[in-house]
Amino acid sequence: MALEKLYLDVPGTTIFDAEQSRKGYHLNQFCMSLMKADNRVRFKADERAYLDEWPMTEEQKQAVLARDLNRCIAAGGNIYFLAKIGATDGKSFQQMAGSMTGMTEDEYRAMMLAGGRSAQGNRFVGEDGDAQADRQPQGKAGQKGAN
Amino acid sequence: MAHISASVYTSHVPAIGAAIDLGKTGEAYWQPLFKGYETSRQWMRDNQPDVIFLVYNDHATAFSLEMIPTFAIGTAADFQPADEGWGPRPVPKVIGHPELASHIAQSVIQDDFDLTIVNKMDVDHGLTVPLSLMCGQPQAWPCPVIPFAVNVVQYPVPSGRRCFELGKAIGRAIASFDTPLNVQIWGTGGMSHQLQGPRAGLINKEFDNMFLDRLIADPAGLAQLPHIDYLRDAGSEGIELVMWLVARGAMADIAGGGKPHVAHRFYHVPASNTAVGHLILENQR
Repeated sequence: MALEKLYLDVPGTTIFDAEQSRKGYHLNQFCMSLMKADNRVRFKADERAYLDEWPMTEEQKQAVLARDLNRCIAAGGNIYFLAKIGATDGKSFQQMAGSMTGMTEDEYRAMMLAGGRSAQGNRFVGEDGDAQADRQPQGKAGQKGAN
Repeated sequence: MAHISASVYTSHVPAIGAAIDLGKTGEAYWQPLFKGYETSRQWMRDNQPDVIFLVYNDHATAFSLEMIPTFAIGTAADFQPADEGWGPRPVPKVIGHPELASHIAQSVIQDDFDLTIVNKMDVDHGLTVPLSLMCGQPQAWPCPVIPFAVNVVQYPVPSGRRCFELGKAIGRAIASFDTPLNVQIWGTGGMSHQLQGPRAGLINKEFDNMFLDRLIADPAGLAQLPHIDYLRDAGSEGIELVMWLVARGAMADIAGGGKPHVAHRFYHVPASNTAVGHLILENQR
């Protein structure tokens, strides 16, 4: 009998379960390596060469090079590990989280100051909230990328 | 005998640590949050414990994907603040309490909880931000701290029910330690927040205040809340709140004693991506 995974129908959300963890093992361990200052320097000097030292998939490497955190998560990344890339780039956690919504930094910061994203319409896939797939990207940053 | 005098609950947002370390606590953005902890710092000075048992989670710092313990107790003599990629926080080294920690490990494992015993580990913002919020910026932390790490990174994390039962076992373990120590137990993390995907930035004040109400008045009922409700209502990272149930399970009323006194309650949105909740519950003397 298959395991029951109730969490697969939460919109805009990827739960880092054993399956994702297995898929993302080398991607996440690469991220861990960036906790050492020497490795951060080597990575910044030649990102592609550094990534090629890891048995990651090409998709995982491309997602890292593009700093596309949604793609990294789809490829098995976990945000607490991916945050090491952001730290290497000098990004805050708010900048990283906001980057996954298609909003600009200012738009995302304003949403948080106004009380954050509502859970209304965002609990189940198929409701009408702003995290639903048919409402992406949510802000100007994403629209700019689409041009 | 050792006894638990109080429990403290607080979020442990890394940006709060950065605001303290960079001297930004007076800025308009941060001022309301730190004002909410002024009472707490005074309470801490008035109610200094001998040991803090601090329940938190490691954020891919000490534990990578090489090893993922569900429950890990720090039995070392000391623990260094970790470099999480931004450099280590400029905070004091954390002094442990190996004798009490080892006693708790032995008692709780015999009580059927499979703890991982950790004799060498760095501690990240999950542990040091609550200490900064409650103690300010001292040269040394006011007392020894026993770090207790719960896996909330890789799903499935332990259920609220199991965390609550674990808290009961920790309460029994502390009560059977032969030295008369005043122990506080802290539960940290949460409240509602999501750090990933198009749903990032989720905040749910209704859920959070329901959680605070029930943590005080109906903890056994609250412990029955399934994971999926945390995920849908409080965001994927809101599941950190199960750690509050460990601390609550160790309070006297759960073992048949009197109801705790609510010494302080505070709630604020936002701190970076997160809703900040805070409670201090005192056992009756």
